[in-house]
Amino acid sequence: MAMLEPVHPLTPKSWYLPSKPHKFCPGCGHGIVLKALGENIDELGIQDKTIFGCDIGCSLLAWNFFACDSTQTHHGRTTPVMVGIKRSRPELITVGYMGDGGGYSIGSQHLLNAAVRNEKVTLILVNNTNYGMTGGQMAPTTLPGQKTETSPYGRDPEQTGYPTKGPEFIAQLTPDSAYVARATVSKYNQLKRFIRNALRNQIEGNGFSFVEVLSTCPTNWRTNAQQTWRFLEDEMEPYFPVGELKSPFGKGDK
Amino acid sequence: MSLIKIALAGEGGQGVQSVAEIIAEAAYEAGKQTIYIPNFGLEQRGGVSIAFIQVSDRRIGAPKFNKADVVIALSERAVGRTAEYSDKNTLFVYDCGFAVPPEDFPKEAKKIIAIPAIDTANNELHPRVFNIIIMGAVIGLTNVVTFEAAKAALEHKLGYKFEKDPKLRELNFKAMEIGKKLGEESLSKEGVC
Amino acid sequence: MEKVFSEAKKAFMTGNETAAWAALAAGAEVMFGYPITPQNEIMHYWTRMAPKYDRGFLQTEDEISAGFTVCGSVQSGKKAFTATAGPGNVLMQEPFGMAEGMRLPLLAIIQQRGGPSSGTVVYSQQEVTLTTFGGNGEGHRIVYSTATHQEIYDYIIKGFNTAWTYRFPTFILGDGYQAKMREPLELYSPEDKGIKMVEPYPLIGLPGHIGEDREPKHLCNIYSLEEELYEVVMKISAEYEAISPELTEYQERECDDAEIIIVSHGVVSRAADDAVTALRAQGLKVGCFRPITLRPFPAQELKNCIQKSGAKKLLIAESAYGQLFRLVRQEIYGETVPMETLFMPGVGIIDYDIMSKIKSML
Ligand SMILES: Cc1ncc(C[n+]2csc(CCOP(=O)(O)OP(=O)(O)O)c2C)c(N)n1
Ligand code: SF4
Ligand SMILES: [Mg+2]
Repeated sequence: MAMLEPVHPLTPKSWYLPSKPHKFCPGCGHGIVLKALGENIDELGIQDKTIFGCDIGCSLLAWNFFACDSTQTHHGRTTPVMVGIKRSRPELITVGYMGDGGGYSIGSQHLLNAAVRNEKVTLILVNNTNYGMTGGQMAPTTLPGQKTETSPYGRDPEQTGYPTKGPEFIAQLTPDSAYVARATVSKYNQLKRFIRNALRNQIEGNGFSFVEVLSTCPTNWRTNAQQTWRFLEDEMEPYFPVGELKSPFGKGDK
Repeated sequence: MSLIKIALAGEGGQGVQSVAEIIAEAAYEAGKQTIYIPNFGLEQRGGVSIAFIQVSDRRIGAPKFNKADVVIALSERAVGRTAEYSDKNTLFVYDCGFAVPPEDFPKEAKKIIAIPAIDTANNELHPRVFNIIIMGAVIGLTNVVTFEAAKAALEHKLGYKFEKDPKLRELNFKAMEIGKKLGEESLSKEGVC
Repeated sequence: MEKVFSEAKKAFMTGNETAAWAALAAGAEVMFGYPITPQNEIMHYWTRMAPKYDRGFLQTEDEISAGFTVCGSVQSGKKAFTATAGPGNVLMQEPFGMAEGMRLPLLAIIQQRGGPSSGTVVYSQQEVTLTTFGGNGEGHRIVYSTATHQEIYDYIIKGFNTAWTYRFPTFILGDGYQAKMREPLELYSPEDKGIKMVEPYPLIGLPGHIGEDREPKHLCNIYSLEEELYEVVMKISAEYEAISPELTEYQERECDDAEIIIVSHGVVSRAADDAVTALRAQGLKVGCFRPITLRPFPAQELKNCIQKSGAKKLLIAESAYGQLFRLVRQEIYGETVPMETLFMPGVGIIDYDIMSKIKSML
């Protein structure tokens, strides 16, 4: 009888092991997004030429997550830093990793203009409906009525508008060679496929690639495991439809 | 009373900051000058959480200090992390249950004290009141506030929970009393484990 | 406006909570801000209290926007303020420059954190240069550096009056320690201490029919001729210099016969004060001087102090690498007293640090 192989948890080769276990809170969605990204980096064989750039936000906790070269930027400024790298060294694969606050609030002008210029970078934006790192303030994506530290009585759209729908507006700004999608950590295979497409689109030199990922933040939502999942699936996913909004690789996956 | 400096450290979720807050609140209510600094920032995720408390009859200067009169480490990692706050005048307190590598202990201390707080909480009371035992021990070791003042501050902080479940009040006060005794005894004995 | 405290009241709270109460008591009508540690809780407390006192709040998309919305709000006649730190303070330099150029009564609370870049979220005194002389102007700002919670409370109230009296952007310069630590203080309504709050007034959106009752008001911040701008800057400078003597504030202790004078500001001055007490007890002739206003700087007062004591040395102590030192040097230019420095960028300074340094200077 053959010896049983010892079982190792499946870890993407592109993960940087000295930084594990990672620093996200238990139940946080960031780890799932990064797993999908890591597996894609492995499968596409781009570990050595990937530059991972992280925003200031909980994304920052991923600064040494991968055994890829990486850079920390400023809150909201990951997009222009990635654009600077890509324009200078087009052979590199630049992956910007940011939160909804970093992308849609303080960095929105950069996101908008990079999309309009069809910059050949890949951006992954984690939507957890709040500012996680600073302790749970309102984000552009906070749902109507949702309580946060700066909307203690619930978000009032009369005062602060409705949640930003990022992929929808980016799809309007970009040409057909761009890739725009929204994924969720509750559908892993689809998430992984969307990130793969977003990387492929850059590798093929087509254009701007953007994936928003609906994610969980039990710490600031103050939810237990069941409530966390319920908020993601029953509140966020109906408000923010998941699917490909624009894809050079054929008909979008809805 | 001259200045008393206390550093309390443990894992996030162990209630380090709540204990510090209650002690500081009690000292303030008793008319003392008090400063309490929680640590903050990135450390709230994954790091050791430390609280710095100073209590005095006179105006307190710098909010920070290098060496404490009492250091209490509520977890194994916290021992190594707080060793730097100890010098020859410091009472350094940790739990008997910890397996601490010898090199993690402070180089200098007035006394290094192990107390059976975790064991007492688990076997005699409830694991949840571990931090309240520690709070009692701080009082026993330093007299930084009176037992009555600490009780009042605890009531102030957790009163709404006690209202719903009066047994909780009893449990917490008992934990504090046991802790105080552990603290007092450890001063005279060579450890109480 | 409703009185916030019917009588003075003791409290034990964080500096951020103190700041929110002070703004409320001072009659601030609206806050614009963007989250950043260690300032966040000013916003958290303000958003909880504001609706109860009929005050406003908006979280803007970033600090540039927060600063400019304050500019707009004060132009329209509202007592508006913001609070920020570190990289947020960097971004706000653009709107602060507008406030300087247009003489807008803007009030900003700065809770310094470590730098450069995102630095730490903890503490520093590294935003002195930025807060006093940031932007593409001449530093026509009023900057109060606080050391205690009582001062945070008192100087926010005073700061609104300074801003609306003199119409220079006004800053309350705190730090992460002051923001996050708890300390006792007294809360009060300004009128109970005999402080009359200056009423805000609009700069645009004025009453009356244009062409009948009044001319249109055109606010201006860009000029086509060098000479025009020159006139404006010279006028602002002259006014700033004229009011400076009545604005400067400082504290000194044991300087009459001091051989060494410790110069520090903000929370570090507490350590300096303790160091003086301890060193005097050891028979050493040491005193301390603390500028409360970093702009305008109490230069004459510091010079007087040096002269009357005949001090042999100054020690500049700060949680930065020479920002206060540069300020002091430029302000007391001409003094020949040797200066030594204790620079601890981004970390706290305690009496022990200062005492060790002083002993090494003897
Ligand atoms: C200029 C500037 N302003 C504010 C901050 C403080 N800050 C750090 S992270 C953050 C928000 C993070 O939220 P998000 O981008 O949604 O990421 P998350 O933490 O939720 O993953 C803010 C406001 C900063 N670092 N720099
Ligand atoms: S605060 Fe929220 S987003 Fe940040 S690590 Fe924790 S769960 Fe994740
Ligand atoms: Mg977020």
